[in-house]
Amino acid sequence: MQNKKFLSDRWLAILFILPSIIVIAVFVYVFISWTGYVSFSNWNTLTPDLSFAGLQNYMFLFNDYRFQSGMRNTLFFTIFFIFGVLFMGFILATFIDSNIKQEWFFRNVFLFPMALSFVVTGVVWQWLLNPSTGVNLLFGMLGFENVPNWYTSTHIAFSFPLGSIEFGIPVAMLAVVIAAVWQMTGFSLAMYLAGLRGIPDEVKEAARMDGASEFQIYRKVIFPMLMPITISVVIIMGHMSLKIFDLIYAMTGSGANFVTDVPGVYMFETTFRANFFANGAAIAMIMLALVAVIMVPYLISARKGES
Amino acid sequence: MHVKKLGLLVLLGLILLVAAACGNNNGTDNTNAEEPANNAGAENEAGADEAETEAEENNTADEAENNTNEEASGDREELEIFSWWTGAGEEAGLLALIDAFEEEHPDVEVVNAAVAGGAGTNAQAVLASRMQGNDPPGTFQIHGGAALNTGWVAADRMEPVTDIYEEEEWMDKFPEDLIDLVTTDGEIYSVPMNIHRSNVTFYNTAIFEEHGLEAPSTFDEFYEVADQLQEAGVVPLALGDRESWTSLHLFETVMLGSLGADGYNDLWTGDLAFDSPEFEEALDHFDRMLEYINEDHAARNWQDAAQMVAEGDAAMNIMGDWAAGYFATDLGLEPNTDFGWAPTPNTEGLFMVVTDNFGLPQGVDNPETVKDFLRFIGTTEAQDTFNPLKGSIPARVDADPDAYNEYGQSTIEDFQEADSLTPSLAHNSAAPAGFVSQADQAVNIFVSSRNKEQLIQSLQQAQDDNIE
Repeated sequence: MQNKKFLSDRWLAILFILPSIIVIAVFVYVFISWTGYVSFSNWNTLTPDLSFAGLQNYMFLFNDYRFQSGMRNTLFFTIFFIFGVLFMGFILATFIDSNIKQEWFFRNVFLFPMALSFVVTGVVWQWLLNPSTGVNLLFGMLGFENVPNWYTSTHIAFSFPLGSIEFGIPVAMLAVVIAAVWQMTGFSLAMYLAGLRGIPDEVKEAARMDGASEFQIYRKVIFPMLMPITISVVIIMGHMSLKIFDLIYAMTGSGANFVTDVPGVYMFETTFRANFFANGAAIAMIMLALVAVIMVPYLISARKGES
Repeated sequence: MHVKKLGLLVLLGLILLVAAACGNNNGTDNTNAEEPANNAGAENEAGADEAETEAEENNTADEAENNTNEEASGDREELEIFSWWTGAGEEAGLLALIDAFEEEHPDVEVVNAAVAGGAGTNAQAVLASRMQGNDPPGTFQIHGGAALNTGWVAADRMEPVTDIYEEEEWMDKFPEDLIDLVTTDGEIYSVPMNIHRSNVTFYNTAIFEEHGLEAPSTFDEFYEVADQLQEAGVVPLALGDRESWTSLHLFETVMLGSLGADGYNDLWTGDLAFDSPEFEEALDHFDRMLEYINEDHAARNWQDAAQMVAEGDAAMNIMGDWAAGYFATDLGLEPNTDFGWAPTPNTEGLFMVVTDNFGLPQGVDNPETVKDFLRFIGTTEAQDTFNPLKGSIPARVDADPDAYNEYGQSTIEDFQEADSLTPSLAHNSAAPAGFVSQADQAVNIFVSSRNKEQLIQSLQQAQDDNIE
């Protein structure tokens, strides 16, 4: 009797999962395989041409000025974006956690930008950081003279030639980082706040009794205990920033000299403006590989943790 | 037990949903090809989407019902018109056009399938997937020239419409150069709806009067005027290349002015190389003109650049004549009083054409209805309904100039008297899309780097790769 019930439960569970398994198998994995297949083909016109091209599309990209610029921009965007989100999120979470009055008010204010879509954020910050209409007017009124050019700057800081581009920190990208951090800080704030609330007061008290300074408490107690949260935030923000498209597309486009271009925007434009379908597919596969580099180790370690 | 029954019911419901969506797709209504994907995706999402999915389902069901009703009574046939006309004036023009067509053909119901954004890139993305999925719209907007010829015609997805031209005796109603633009191997593949001129310098009349200047007609005059303006502290030339086609647009007018119509056209057939001295001279002019642009060009789009001229922050703007529509309609300026215009340097008598066309895709359900529509848009009535609203001029040579404003009338005159019509590069009429996109990237890099050698090299490479 017991056994029979178990069996029918199991069948029911499978039945419930089946539709989503089929849908995901087709609309995610079959499509990924198809994209991979196209990326090795000669399909670079409106007429599908699936003859095998080997690594030609990938070779083209790795030699391409625009793609190299996009990779450079993505790298620095990801670094600054993740650092900014972690830093701001932690500061604000500590602030809210310090038993201030009207805590709910600040929490909501800081969380609110997360409710917007990246497109809205992009349009808003496009105006705020526009060198002739935005915050620069404010700076001008305050008497500053060397106002920044924000996302129109074509300067590459600390640059040296690498491949066909100047490798270095694209200053224009920092404007995009500001907008992205503004939007996503709420997420790390919420994560860190939950983390801080999860650290029992006894632990901190014990550290204090042992004579630890506030700085030492943070360094030796709080930071280590928040480590799992930091890793989660890095993973989630990291895969987001590697795939970023909407914010850039709405805020700056690919920029003068491609200083704010990213592979996602390049993929869209090369596929649908130039009809280079195979090239676009190759960009998609490279982006997938980049994200996999972050996600796969995380998934593996998460699984080990479970068992 | 109770819970289990409920679960089975829900599951059954889901399966029915998918089945219904798929079934619908197999039916007559091909426009809903994306529905199964939508529904399937929605199932995975949380409850919040459920209401939406349901609503969508209802719509689909309603539509399906309508279709069967209509077909049963043989009432109205559907014609889907695909375009990227969603801006203020152009949408008004399209809707007026659809109304006029439906009045003439009460048995046809027009579906306006316009896709907004990306200067047509978004629409092109949707169109590409529909064409490749063998679900073409009834007819779609496409620029005459390479976009049509090296695009869907070369892909063998268009039906010729030469018979319409013969039946309607259109061969002398449209300029010969224009018909050539939409002809491949002796067959005509589309009907031109309108003409935009892309080699126009717009200028702020007040600024020109104040400094006692006249619109420049040669490169030397341009530099003279620009130097004077710069000394007086006025930005001579407004550029907004946030979307980089605008710098390519500026460059194409410079190429036309410097190389002449024949030299310009030779670039797209491979008869003139990009590493030739002639091209280098054109590039020198472009390089020098970039000395006169506004500093924040990368933060502006073409409207922002046009606005600089409108507000007196800059003196000139080189743009297609959709800018005239923007000045007159959106900003409420008077042609000739508030803004003036002239052909770009050295292009007097030359007319760079951007023309929106409609053609007949292969494999549509109702080719005769589509042909009726193509016949309709080729009439002077249709062209004079649409174009004044859109701010373009009619493609027919015998349209009624009185329907247009002062700018339109002068352009119609120039169009009819033009020595030659040349296809625009930046708007996909001169060269295959692959070349345009690579040229676009190379010019975007050049505007910042000003590295002539690099630009010549990239363009030569693009010519070798994309143009036989």
